[in-house]
Formats: sequence, structure tokens, C-alpha cells
Amino acid sequence: MNNLNFIYPEIFISLGILFLLVLGVFKKKSSSLVFTLSIVILLTTLGFLINFPSEQEFYLFNGSYKIDQLSTFMKIVTIISGIFVLICSFKYIKLVKIFDIEYPVLILSSILGMLVMISSYDLIVFYVGLELQTLSLYVLAAFNKNQTNSSEAGLKYFVLSALSSGLLLYGCSLIYGFTGSTNFFLISENIFSTDYGNVFGIVFILVGLSFKISVVPFHMWAPDVYEGSPTSVTLFFAVVPKIAALTVFIRFLYVPFLGLFEQWQAIIIFLSLASMIFGAISAIGQKNLKRLIAFSSIGHMGYALAGLSVGTNSGIQSSIIYICIYLVMNMGFFCCLFTMKRKNVFFDNLEDLSGLSKNHPVISLCLLILLFSLAGIPPTAGFFAKFYIFMTVIEESMYFLAIVGLLSTVISAFYYLKIIKIIYFDEPKKQYDKDHNIGLKTTLALSTLLILLYFIYPNSLINLVSKINII
Amino acid sequence: MNFPILTSLILLPIIGAFFILVSKSGDKYSFKSAKYVALFVSFVNFFISIYLWYVFDPSTSEFQFVESRLWLQGLINYKVGVDGISILFILLSTFIAPLCIISVNRTINVKLKEFLIAILVMESLMIGVFCSLDLVIFYLFFEAGLIPMFLIIGIWGGSRRVYSAFKFFLFTLLGSVLMLIAIISIYWISGTTDVTELYNLGIDSKYQNLLWLAFFSSFAVKTPMWPVHTWLPDAHVEAPTAGSVLLAAILLKMAGYGFIRFSIGLFPIASENFTQLVYTLSLVAIVYTSFVALMQEDMKKLIAYSSVAHMGYVTLGIFTLNQQGLEGSIIQMISHGLVSAALFFCVGVVYDRMHSRLIKDYGGIVSIMPKYACLFMIFTLAAIGLPGTSGFVGEFLVLIGTFKKNFLVATIASLGVILGAAYMLWLYKRVIFGKIINIDLLKMPDLNKSEIFILICLAVPTLFFGFYPEPLSNTIEVSVTNLIDIYNYKTNITK
Repeated sequence: MNNLNFIYPEIFISLGILFLLVLGVFKKKSSSLVFTLSIVILLTTLGFLINFPSEQEFYLFNGSYKIDQLSTFMKIVTIISGIFVLICSFKYIKLVKIFDIEYPVLILSSILGMLVMISSYDLIVFYVGLELQTLSLYVLAAFNKNQTNSSEAGLKYFVLSALSSGLLLYGCSLIYGFTGSTNFFLISENIFSTDYGNVFGIVFILVGLSFKISVVPFHMWAPDVYEGSPTSVTLFFAVVPKIAALTVFIRFLYVPFLGLFEQWQAIIIFLSLASMIFGAISAIGQKNLKRLIAFSSIGHMGYALAGLSVGTNSGIQSSIIYICIYLVMNMGFFCCLFTMKRKNVFFDNLEDLSGLSKNHPVISLCLLILLFSLAGIPPTAGFFAKFYIFMTVIEESMYFLAIVGLLSTVISAFYYLKIIKIIYFDEPKKQYDKDHNIGLKTTLALSTLLILLYFIYPNSLINLVSKINII
Repeated sequence: MNFPILTSLILLPIIGAFFILVSKSGDKYSFKSAKYVALFVSFVNFFISIYLWYVFDPSTSEFQFVESRLWLQGLINYKVGVDGISILFILLSTFIAPLCIISVNRTINVKLKEFLIAILVMESLMIGVFCSLDLVIFYLFFEAGLIPMFLIIGIWGGSRRVYSAFKFFLFTLLGSVLMLIAIISIYWISGTTDVTELYNLGIDSKYQNLLWLAFFSSFAVKTPMWPVHTWLPDAHVEAPTAGSVLLAAILLKMAGYGFIRFSIGLFPIASENFTQLVYTLSLVAIVYTSFVALMQEDMKKLIAYSSVAHMGYVTLGIFTLNQQGLEGSIIQMISHGLVSAALFFCVGVVYDRMHSRLIKDYGGIVSIMPKYACLFMIFTLAAIGLPGTSGFVGEFLVLIGTFKKNFLVATIASLGVILGAAYMLWLYKRVIFGKIINIDLLKMPDLNKSEIFILICLAVPTLFFGFYPEPLSNTIEVSVTNLIDIYNYKTNITK
């Protein structure tokens, strides 16, 4: 076992979690310390990952764990967004009075589960990672014990997610039964479309995975859970698990199931189209911002899946670019939500934004840029994200998908414009408390600038992503 | 490499906007300084573009002042350049923008800083549209223009501003997304989105019809052509004066410019196939919207509908695909840019005093505001296309071009001239002459200095180019000839 150093990040996070738990139990009032230490742990892990030798692939544990460009890149993205989630939620969880040591520890363990998922090259390893991630998420969703909404969200998420995990497991067992292996590489050699069991297995696995990234028609849990959970957890939900789940999607589709491309392509196209249209239309009537973001994220996942349905390397890369830009936009948007408070009460309804531009011009300007970016209007980064997706989609002459996709951006532009209308055109309400949280401000400024100035040097992200070649 | 003059033209207003953004706000003094910064930047931009016109060599159809930079991983280059057609539109943009900023004085009371920023950003984007030589860059500028215009209508607009702003945004976006698909398709068909390379390569004729339609969907909404013109009256009515001026004078020209540069330049065969469609829609626009304009009770709406009719001449002229027609429609666009801007300023002047746009609230202004009546008269006549005004040159050339191509179409189009005279003169009569019924009118002061300055600035070129259109036609002639040569060459091959 001389190549254990490749999983140093995972080992380090696990040890860190154990250490933090012990520390939290034995030292009184250590929440702040644990919180800071967990950020330090994530930063160190990031250091491990960045120093990782690139351009090589490594298989560990009899080929059940794979370290390559895709996994390294996605792990880095996961951890960076995890760090920012922690930074943003610091003040929030304090004010909502859920500032316990479990919060950072749960986030860390969920991130650990994601890292395992991202690197997994075997059905069993994948499932272990997935469960570690989702178990932490159940608890996080129900983290605000004082609120029934939050408990309801946790329970709902638990029941539905358990069901989808069951379907996923059933699919895995079907695949195992028909191919005789749990290893991705061996599956890819033994999978044939003549065995209907394989096709069924793929369908079940895709259903399970679709549930995790909440695409239509497996999205039902998302709005309720997003609304009920504490806002900082919603931010986590909206951003971090999607990265891992998308990576797993890429892995499944393009390694073990590549032989059955024709079978799953139609499914992915359907999921993508349904999410784009449904996400756009159902977000229009929403009155709660967190709910609205849930629907908008359903739509965005539809676009990311459109890139995966193409079946080329550039398609995969465009999806990865999309998810990166998406998470920056969401990060900025939630930062604005965290600033909407009066006397320690947070507001998250659409009408609470009304006339924000009068009292909070800077935040409104940031929101304006982020919302136009979410709607995909140039020259913001959101436009480029969609541009790459449709570049690859049209390259393969999938015009129907492209046209429907772009038409649904017009529909979704409507509700983003509605938010802008409320911020800029409506009468102002009472002022929100001034916030001097540096972490929040930096995150907001950083994400807005990234989104706004992306067009000056768009190659930066492309150069990073273009190294990822799966097929 | 030479000094990147076009990029600096694009960037200057944005830099100015940035300065205004970071400057201190609140007191009256800062508003004034913000305005001076905006004025300074836009005037500098105007003089740079005058210099550009002076240096510009009209004897060649090649693109000049070309700058090309690697931008998107070798896929797409940032490429800008001007030829005889685009330079005039750049001049128009840099000429109108400072006038809009001057007019801000009276009309905008809240959020003046933001308004100036929006106008400056808009100016940058418009210049960008007219000088980009890559389809993706063009699309970027073309679409990004929606954002400041949406805000201008929505924040500083009238009572139904939200509805109008949404309608404007969604209509144009809907048209444009199809163009985006077409642009990406062109990239995969031809391997490039560089306009000059595409001119040389040509696009496979079997794709041309669909691609042409996709571009058409975007430009038709923006022009606007009947039946997708309905956003324009709403947007004009609700927008503040400066917004209406920008919209009428320059935004509409983006589409006309797009027709010339892309529809004809890239898809000559499809343009040939679809001439009948464009003729029909243009004729409907000319005749139908003229009748609609006749019945309007709102001054701004009337001028908005007249814009639709005038743009009908432009599209008609472009798709005659001969020298007279094309030159005519370019001159018509420039002239309409000046005249419609002036007319919206004129409406703005009385609106600021009376806060009403309804024609019935006015009457007999001639005795109260003689200077105003005189200047309004010049622009009314220019809108009708009276000889001696720039409107005449454009309309006349368009009609000559059309007569060469199709007698019937030209005859119907000539009807529009009569109708145009009818609604404009009737408007003038009802507003300026007659008895003073509304006593409030008596309190109206005549034009102040800045208003006179704006209107004279617009009147001088209107009359000058009416008597002496030589500078305009000289600039565009070679480029237009070249365009028509390419067109004839391409369409003859397929025959």
C-alpha cells in the first residue's frame, strides 16, 4: 500500500472530523473554535489537493477508487464551495441560535462523503460515499430544532431520499447481477443492451441519481426542503451536493454505461428538457425566495444535464463549466439573503426585497448582476455557461434540445426580471440592519466580480476544465 | 499594431460610468459633477469618432482600423473594425448620447447617477454592436443592450413602465435566442464566426434559409417589423425622454444594420428567396401603421408608430438589393435617427412642462412658444420627407430602388408618404395651431438654452444632409457597391 498518499485529503478530513468531535465534547463552549478549525481543515485539504500531481490516473484498492483530473478538479470545487458556505453561514447560524459544534462537523462529514463519491470507481464504494453524504444532509436539513419547518424538511428529505436510495440500490444489484461485477471498468466490459436487466438497472440508477440533483420528475422534495431548512443549509443544498452528484452522473454515464449510450441518451434528454421547462414555468408563481431558488436550480440542473446528453468530451466539459458558474452565482445570491435581516430576524420572501435599491444600493447592484447572470444575459458569466452548453449541443445537431432550452431561458428570464422589478421599480420598505460581516461581504464581492468580469478572460476556466477527458 | 481606437471608443463610456459609480453621492454638488463627467466622456467620444470619420478612407470596401485579439480559447476572436456603413452608425451613436445626457437636466429627478451610468453603458454597447466583426461579439453587445434599456424604462419610466419594460425585454430576448442558435450553427458549419472570413467562405446554400429566418426573427423584433412591433409603442410611451431618444435613434438601427451586414452579407441566396416576405411585411408596416398613427391620441405613441412606418421603408430599401435602395435605407436610418430623436425631444419639452402627452391637452402653442413651434416645424417636415431635409433623400432613394425592382410594391409604398404627411401635419396642426383651450398652457415658458442647443444640434445636420447628402453617400458608396457585387456574384453562381 505505497500509494495511500493519494487519499490523504480523505484521510485528513476523517481524522479532522474525529478530532473536532472529541474536542467539541470535552471542551465547553467550543463552537467558535470548532467552526474555525473546520475551515482550517478544509483549507489544508485543499492544499493537499492542489499539490496533487496532475495528468496522471491512479487506481486504488483493486481499482475501486480512482484519482484523475475529473476527481481532483471536482474535489477542489467541492471544498472551495464548502469553505465559502462555512464562511457565509457563520453569522447566520449564530443569530438563528443553532451555533452548535455539530453543524461544522456535519458539513465536514458530508463533504467527506462527497469526496468519496467523486472518486468512487465501484458501486459499493459509491454507495458508501452517497450514504455518508445524505445522512449528514438529513440532519443538517432538520438542524433548526426550534422550528417545525426545519424538522419537516428533514423528515421529508429523509423519507424520500431513503426511497430513492432504495431504487438506486436495486439498480446497482441488477447491474451486478447481469454483469457480474461492481467495478465500473469491469461493468463497462460486460454490459450489453441485449440483457434487459442492464437497461432496467440503468434506469433505476438514473432515477436515484436524478433525485439527488433534483431534476424533474424527481424534484418534489426540493422546494419544501429548500424552504424549510435554515438558509445556510439551503445554500449548502443548492450548491455542494450538486457538484458531487454531477460528477457521479458523469462517471456512471461515461464509464460503465457508455456501451448503452443510445439507451440512456433519451432518458437524459427527457430529464433535461423536463427540468428546463418545468423549472422555468413553476418558478414564476413563487413568493418565497428560497423556494424560487429551488425551482431555478431545477432548471439549471436541466441545462447541466443537456451537456451530458451529448456524449462527447466537450459536452462533459461544458457541464462542468456550467456547474462551476452556477455555484458562484448561487453563492452570491445567498449572500444577499443573509444580509436581509432586521433585529436578528431573517426575511426570505420576494416582497421583502421591494425597493431594496433605495436603501442598499450596493447589494442591489450585486443582485442585479447575479440575477441577469442567472437569466443568462450577456455579458455575464451565466451567458457563457449556457453558451458552452449549447455550443456542444448544436455540434451534435441536437437542435430540438437547443431550441427548447433557449426558449425556456426566455421564460425563466421572466421571473428573474420580476425579482429585479421588485428590487428596483417598487416602493422601498424599511431598511435592513447594516451588516459588517467581512466574510459575507468578501464572498458577495468576489462572486459578483467573477460573474461580471468573466468575459474579459473566459479562457481561465476553460483551460482548467479542458484537461478533463473521460472518453 | 496601431492605437486601438475602436476599443477605446467602446471602453471610454464604461470607464466614465465606473468613475460616476464610485464617486460620492447624495448632495447636489455630486450630481452636477457626475453629469459633467458623463458629458465630458461622451463629447470626447464624439470627437474621437469625428476624427475616425476624418481619417477613414472611403475609397475601399475593406474593413479599417481592424483589431483582432485571441479571446475564447482560439475559438472566437475579439475582432472589431469599421467600413463605410458602420462608421456612420458609430457617429450617430456618439452624437446622440451627449444630447441625451444634456437633456437629463430637467427630466430626471431621482437616481440621476444611475441614469447617467445606464446611458453611458448603453453608448458603449451600441458602439460595440456597430463595429464588431465577429458574430458572437456582435451578439454579446446586441443582447447586453437589453439590460440598461430595461432599467431605463423600468426605473425612470411612466405609470405603466413595468409592463412595457417586461414586454420590451422578453420580446427582444425571444427573437434573439434563435439568432444565438443560428450563430452557433454557423460556427459548426463553417468553422468560424469571423464576419470577414465568412464573407469570403460563404455559407452552404442548403442551410441559408433556416439561418436567415433565425437572424430575421431577431432583427424583425428589433426593427421592429409588423406584426412584432407592438412592444415599441409601449416602450416609447413609458420610457423617459432620453430613453425614447436612444431607443428610436440608435437601438432600432441595430436591426437595420444587422440586416445589411449579416442577412444580406452572409445569406445572399436566402435573402433573394425571402424578398417577397420582407416586401409584404414592410408594406403592411408602412401602410397599416401609418393609419394607426393617424388615430393616436398620445403624441409619443404617434411618433412611435411613425417610427415603425419609417423603418418599413428601411427594410424595403435594404431588400431591393440595389445601389439606390441600400444607400437610401442607410441614409434613411441616419436621418430617422436624427429626426425621431428630435421629435421625442420635442415631445419631452412639452411633457416636462405639462406632464401630459395627450394631443387634446395642447393647441395654440405657437403664440406661447414660438421658438419651439419653429423647430418642431423643421422636424415635422423632415419626418414627412420634404425636399431639403435628410428624410427626403433617404425616402426618395428607397423608392427609386424599389421602382427598379417592383412597380406595384413601390406604388403602395409611395402611399406611405402621403399618409406620413397626413398624420404628421395633423399632429402639428392640433398641437401648435388652433385656439388655446387649456389655460394651463399659458404658463409654459419657451425653450431654455439647453433645449435650444439640443434641437439646433439636431436641426443642423437634418437640413445640411438634406441639401448636401454627399458626405454620407461618399462614405457608404464603395462599401455598398462591394456588398451588392458579392450578392450578385453569389446568387449568379447558384443560378
